[in-house]
Amino acid sequence: MPLTREEVLHIATLCRIGMPEEELETFAHQLSQILEMFQTLGELDTEGVPPTGHAASLETVLRDDEPGPSLSTTEALSNAPARVGDQFRVEVVLEE
Amino acid sequence: MAAVNNLYSLTAHEAHRLLSRSEVTSVELTRSCLDRIEAVEDRVKAFVTITADLAMEQARAVDAGPVPGASSPLAGVPMQLKDVLCTRGVRTTCSSRMLEEFVPTYDATVAEKLHGGGAVLLGKGNMDEFAMGSSTESSAFHATVNPWALDRVPGGSSGGSAAAVASGEAVYALGSDTGGSIRQPASLCGVVGMKPTYGLVSRFGLVAFASSLDQVGPITRDVADCATVLGTIAGHDPRDSTSIPDRGVDYAGALTGEVVGMDGRSPLRIGIPREFAAEGLDPGVKEAVEVATSVLEGLGACLEEVSLPTTRHALACYYILALSECSANLARYDGVKFGYSYQDTADVWEAMEKTRQHGFGPEVKRRIMLGTYALSAGYYDAYYLKAQKVRTLIRREFDAVFRRVDLLATPTSPSVAFRLGERTADPLQMYLSDVYTVPASVAGLPAISVPCGFSGGLPVGLQLIGPHMSEATLLRTAHAFEQATSWHKLVPDL
Repeated sequence: MPLTREEVLHIATLCRIGMPEEELETFAHQLSQILEMFQTLGELDTEGVPPTGHAASLETVLRDDEPGPSLSTTEALSNAPARVGDQFRVEVVLEE
Repeated sequence: MAAVNNLYSLTAHEAHRLLSRSEVTSVELTRSCLDRIEAVEDRVKAFVTITADLAMEQARAVDAGPVPGASSPLAGVPMQLKDVLCTRGVRTTCSSRMLEEFVPTYDATVAEKLHGGGAVLLGKGNMDEFAMGSSTESSAFHATVNPWALDRVPGGSSGGSAAAVASGEAVYALGSDTGGSIRQPASLCGVVGMKPTYGLVSRFGLVAFASSLDQVGPITRDVADCATVLGTIAGHDPRDSTSIPDRGVDYAGALTGEVVGMDGRSPLRIGIPREFAAEGLDPGVKEAVEVATSVLEGLGACLEEVSLPTTRHALACYYILALSECSANLARYDGVKFGYSYQDTADVWEAMEKTRQHGFGPEVKRRIMLGTYALSAGYYDAYYLKAQKVRTLIRREFDAVFRRVDLLATPTSPSVAFRLGERTADPLQMYLSDVYTVPASVAGLPAISVPCGFSGGLPVGLQLIGPHMSEATLLRTAHAFEQATSWHKLVPDL
């Protein structure tokens, strides 16, 4: 079933991508086409098959917590789009 | 196809031999590559950033030796890094507006290893935006063209790297491969490309696309260089928790010229998966690959038809997993800590939405949205969990087939290089370019693409896939094939 414009808008909101009205149709069409390809997995019987999250069967990697040098404040802020003193500046998050 | 004797056309091992005999200097080699870039780059467009001054400085440092690591086989040899690998002080864009001005404060482990060995950085390779694409056309800056036919794509996403190596702009390059992004462009540009076993090469400093699939690997002019570069960049890295322990394999030493099994004695058994000759395979590619496998047979390999029935579903499985992971990984681009940022908005949500609307191109948006959908409430089981289960089926099939054969031989790509613009309007058609490379990616297996002929004047690649950690056998076999053929010696007229 093809995605509706409302569904595309909902997905865009979930992943915080601004979506102008005039692009909805194209995305709806393209995403639906790809989802149709995804749905071909339904043809396979996976009853009782465990999921694989990672190709490498690794065990949890642990190490000692040894303090060491990290980025300096100057380095950490060197790519900041906007800053106030030694801090990243963001728009208002919580309204009063 | 001209025979050329310029310094820029040397392989790394040829360059190393001349350097070690003091018959050439690194400055001369580097100058030759920079001149070549000057001559062809306006047509090929393989670079996002050219670091000419840095390259000359590094070359002079090698020439002024003794420097630490000057005996390294790659010391003084000029190379390119795909622009997805962080380079300290050199902007790393991922060919995206989002990172157009991003200057990393640290080097990727692979860059650090190459620098430690005296490598010379010519610049950063153009790519599909965030490594998402199969033609390098989704780069936010410009498309790269195929050096063999300037109206065709170089493949992708490491298209800038493959085109630079094919056109003589760089002796070798490092690319990254999530679903075929090293192998497919190597195939389309007539060079060698290898995706190592997942975990063999550190991902630290590789900008993440799909973390359970991404691997860094070499793009080179021949298999000997591929082995040398792999030997330099492989190894355990405490900064990458998925990095596998060192096993001390000598890749360059594995190139004995023989076609033999894993034990180095028994005959090599090569499986030909019947599902890889399915609908959509270009007849010219099919023919070249058949000739190639018969060459391997002539060298002593035993060919056997095998079946990997779930391969048919590997593409859907791969894209669901890769896009789900991508939607999570790319959530970090919020315009706050680094990267493009849309300013002067009413609140933080509008800032984020506008930043991502203008910072990402259409393919990246499609992928984030599809991944978000596949992970969202009500759809998770049907898409993401289902794909993870299919991933298990695919792994099991490979495990079973590798009990019967040592390696698999397939085409790398179902077609030769396609025309610029031919598939950009149809994302699904573009995804189909990866149909032969994604199965190994999903299973985390190593695979190499080597030039094996031409179809309609365009290069064809042979893909060899092996079990986990079979790089030595893959390289030995690819090398023996290369010694018996001369496809890798052909270069495009530019």
